[in-house]
Order: sequence, then structure tokens, then C-alpha cells
Amino acid sequence: MGLFTSSLIKKYWMAATGLFLISFLVVHAGINAMIFFNDGGETFNEWGHFMGTNLIVRTMEIGLFLGLILHIVDGLMLYFQNRKARPIKYAYNKPSASSTWYSRSMALLGTLILIFLVIHLKDFWLKTRITGLSVEPSHVKIDGVMHENLFAEMLLVFQNPVAVVIYLLGCFSLFWHLYHGFRSAFQSLGLNHRKYASTIELAGSVFSVVISVLFASMPVAMYLGWVK
Amino acid sequence: MSNGNMNLTLKVWRQSNSTAAGKMETYQLGGVSPDMSFLEMIDMLNEQIIRKGEDAIAFDHDCREGICGMCSMFINGEAHGPNRGVTTCQLHMRSFKDGDTIYIEPWRAEGFPVVKDLMVDRAAFDRIIQSGGFVSVNTSGRTMDANAIPIPKDDADKAFDAATCIGCGACVATCPNSSAMLFVSAKVSQFALLPQGHPERKERVLNMVKQMDAEGFGNCSNIGACEVQCPKSISIENIARMNREYLSASVKPEN
Repeated sequence: MGLFTSSLIKKYWMAATGLFLISFLVVHAGINAMIFFNDGGETFNEWGHFMGTNLIVRTMEIGLFLGLILHIVDGLMLYFQNRKARPIKYAYNKPSASSTWYSRSMALLGTLILIFLVIHLKDFWLKTRITGLSVEPSHVKIDGVMHENLFAEMLLVFQNPVAVVIYLLGCFSLFWHLYHGFRSAFQSLGLNHRKYASTIELAGSVFSVVISVLFASMPVAMYLGWVK
Repeated sequence: MSNGNMNLTLKVWRQSNSTAAGKMETYQLGGVSPDMSFLEMIDMLNEQIIRKGEDAIAFDHDCREGICGMCSMFINGEAHGPNRGVTTCQLHMRSFKDGDTIYIEPWRAEGFPVVKDLMVDRAAFDRIIQSGGFVSVNTSGRTMDANAIPIPKDDADKAFDAATCIGCGACVATCPNSSAMLFVSAKVSQFALLPQGHPERKERVLNMVKQMDAEGFGNCSNIGACEVQCPKSISIENIARMNREYLSASVKPEN
């Protein structure tokens, strides 16, 4: 595990896995946004079927889980090392004078996202891959091919206001985590220069807002019956 | 020095030696002039303490001109107090109000053990410098005139900005992770930007980061508090440069 002994190499891993997970978010949000075609979930289910059956995508899913685990394990190592680096706390500290709350709360936000992920994977991933969908009928025929009706499953899950609130909290945590994480990844990889730092910051802000709002709009739109 | 009229409540960390348990003690101090520097105010408090026959508060200070990097107090939750771009010795009591309560604590970090009261041992920084924060110069009598080497103005300016680091440790003190990366990156940058630093460029960054980790400092999480509290306003662009230097040196260790 020589790859994890240096503080800077741990940072590179954090940045690289973070950017990799960001690339996954783009695909995930993009495909989920197909529900807004409002065609009874036909386009969305076709894409869901492709993602669930394509061999390349299935292989990449393993990489995704590995990347996620690496991001979590690395983050935990950094967190505990950082706590150890200050054994005695200040009697009076004013961190808000020099930094933002979300930049100091990445471990907390990450933990909230992880709790959300467990719920989210139980709601959808577990059902599509292992236990089968709970919605009846669980399959729908599109162009003569049977597809899992993931769209109907989403509609079912998001009839529950508690689920909607949990998903909104997940999106909220994700927003702040991305808001610091996006620009932070570039800094960790050594990409900070006055020439383009503001562009990275702007891209990070826009990305965090677009991804979080897009994800949050899905349970809301389904709960309110805008998408059916 | 004119007598002033400020009355202050001071909460100061008292610890008799490196192994003893310490605690915050409360002192009342009157007649403080707004024109005093923060350290002069502590001197005044110490006179009061000594007159009572008690042990004076130990604190680091040397030049009192803001350039030596010895003073090191964590004042009201901020390294070197509430003002920006200054050390504690350049902080004046006019930055406080009559009747204020002021908390004064030593730097808190595993890498900076408390020696006594407000004094911490910053030898960890010396050991980091010894591990590579230097340029080996031939002093056999044929030393080249520095001005004979062409250096782009922009590089010279950036190197100078990094070289203004006085090694006070405020970056470590203010970082929630007690990370020393602003300090180390300033030293790495100062040499990496100049041709004189290039022969030892790769082993320098590898060795300095290794020593930084061995001293028990935390990891950077790009919070940016260090550059705000740094009395020399050193930018975290230097940390990015150190990250590049280290990445390049790790991928290809030889020059």
C-alpha cells in the first residue's frame, strides 16, 4: 500500500476518484432526465434497459463501486489523520473568519451522502439487479422487447413524501459536497493558476447547481404528478 | 508609552512545562493604551503578574517588526488575531474595545508541542527545511553572480512572494487539519521557480513532503483558511505548485 503512505498521494487519489464519480453523475443525471420526456417512461426505460444489459456498462459498474470505495476509504484515512494532527482543540476558535462551513464539512457531507446512497441503492439498484422490482407489473414491452419498468418503480417510490424528503436531503448534501469538491480536485492535482482558476470555480458552481437541482426535480416532479 | 484607559479581561493558556496539564487562566488588566502593540499589552500583564510574585506568561517574540516569525498567538479564535497580513507584534490594541474579553492560546498541532504557556516548539519546521529547503551552492570562490542568470520577471516575482514566508506556523495553527502544506509549498515554490533550485528540485519536494508527514502534520483539504490568516498573505497557488512538483517527481524521480 505504498500508494497511500504520502499525504500528497492520498490527495491525488481523493481528487481522481472524486472526478471519476463526478463523470458518473453526469451520465446518471442525463439518463434519469429522460423521464421529463413525459412519455410514460418509454425512453427512460429503454435507456435503463441498455445500462442494465450492456456488457461494457456492467463492467464499468464494477469500476464505479471500486472508485466509490476508494474515495470513502481514502477520505476516512485523511479524516482520522487530520483529527490526530490536532490532539488539543482551541478553547475559542473562529473558523468562519477564514473559511466556509462546507469546505470544513466534507467528511460530514460525505457521510450524509453515503447514508443516502445506501437508501437509494436499496430502493433501485438492489431491486433491478437482485430482488426484482416491487411494482406490478414489473416489466413492460417496448418495441417487442421486455423491459424492466424502472419508471413505474420510481413513480411508486416517490409517492411516499418521506422518500421525497430523504432524496431532497441527499441532493442538498451532494450540492455542498460538489461545490467544494469540484474546485478542490483541481487544486489537489496542481491545477490552480490565476489564468483559469475563476473558470474552474464557475464550472464547479454551475455543475453543482445543475446536477443537484436536476436530481432533486425528479422526486418532486413525480410526487406532484408533473411526470406520470 | 502613554497610559491608556482600556480595561480587558484576558483568558490565557497557562501550562508550566511540556508534560504538565494546562488550563485557561483569567486575568484583569486595566490602563491599556490603544497605541500598544499586542505584545506590549502582554508585557504589561506580565509586569502585573511578576509584581504579585507569580510566574510570568512565557511567549515567543523577537524582532517585534513583523519579519522574524517568532510571535505566535492564537487570539480570539484566529492566528495572529483579527487583522489580516500582520503578525501578533504588529497587531495593536486599537483593534480591540474597552471591556473586551480576549482569548489567547498557543498554536495547536501535534507537530508543535507546547513548551510552556504560549510557547510552542516549531523545530519541526527546521527539520523540514533541513530535509531539502536549501540550494547547494558552490562557494569555492567562483560563485556566479545571481544577476548573470536570466530569470523571467514573473518567475522572480512569484519566487519572491513565496520567499516572504517567515515560518511562523500560523498556517498550521489556523488549519482545521493542522496541515503544514502552505509553509512547505512556499519553500518548495521559492526554489522550484528559480534556475538555482532546479538541480535538487525533485529530491527536494520528495524529501520535504516526507519530513512534513513524519512530523505529524495533517493533510490539506483545500479549505483555504491558511492563505487568509498568513501574515505574509501567501497564496495556496503555492500548494498547487507543490502538488505538481510532487506528482512530477513521483512519476519520474530523476531529473
